Amino acid sequence: MVKINGEMLAKDGMNVADVLAEMNINPQNVAVELNEEIVPKASYGSTVLSDGDVLEVVRFVGGG
Amino acid sequence: MPIPTREEMYRALEERHGKELQRKFAAASVAVCGLGGLGSNIAIALARAGVGNLHIIDFDCVDISNLNRQQYFPEQLGMPKTQALSDTLSRIAPYCNITADCVKLTEENIPELLRNEAVICEAFDKACQKAMLVNCVLEKMPEKYLVSGSGMAGLSTANTIVTKKITKRFYVCGDGVSDVSDGIGLVSSRVMVCAAHEANAVLRIIAGETEA
Repeated sequence: MVKINGEMLAKDGMNVADVLAEMNINPQNVAVELNEEIVPKASYGSTVLSDGDVLEVVRFVGGG
Repeated sequence: MPIPTREEMYRALEERHGKELQRKFAAASVAVCGLGGLGSNIAIALARAGVGNLHIIDFDCVDISNLNRQQYFPEQLGMPKTQALSDTLSRIAPYCNITADCVKLTEENIPELLRNEAVICEAFDKACQKAMLVNCVLEKMPEKYLVSGSGMAGLSTANTIVTKKITKRFYVCGDGVSDVSDGIGLVSSRVMVCAAHEANAVLRIIAGETEA
């Protein structure tokens, strides 16, 4: 199980790019932290989630 | 009436905040990236609290469409926001050390431009620009504290705007969902609530209170 934004989900084995696509999130507008470390945008496709990982997906919306 | 001396203004702040806290505020350096509804309000809150060094950055000029929520005056229309806000900040806090850069922040110039400040405030308008700055700072400058804003458009309840601590040095303020392109756009009060959350997070970080 992977904790994504506080929720336990069965996403082990998936990569970050696929998780974002499944959540219907534009990868251009996010910052992703895996176990307290930033995941560089170029590594979304190659960063595979494992059991016990904690993923924070911060989605930015317009306005300021 | 002549303005108070540096010592008089400092003493007044010390009386409000206490000697120890004011010493920390005065020694602090904060960068505010983007001087729209968020950034102009954040910078003013920090200047009023007595933050000693403010670095304000924006490439834009004051437009009539900004006046509904941004801290500019009609006679400042057409002026670079960096200049207009520097003038206002200097009136509020005449002894604050203000550095203004009228430039567009990019992945290339961020490490150089933001090298001196320990705390960085993201206050951009566009979602992709917010993400660019946040990713760039988190990847290239992990020693910085970073406070960002996401989700403050519209006129729904302000009670959904919160400060979340994402990781050790990264905070996000806002409701996370209210996009400027949905509904009526940005309204002064709700943008100010989010700006106040960002400014408050910055002051708490400077004070050493690093929980959200």
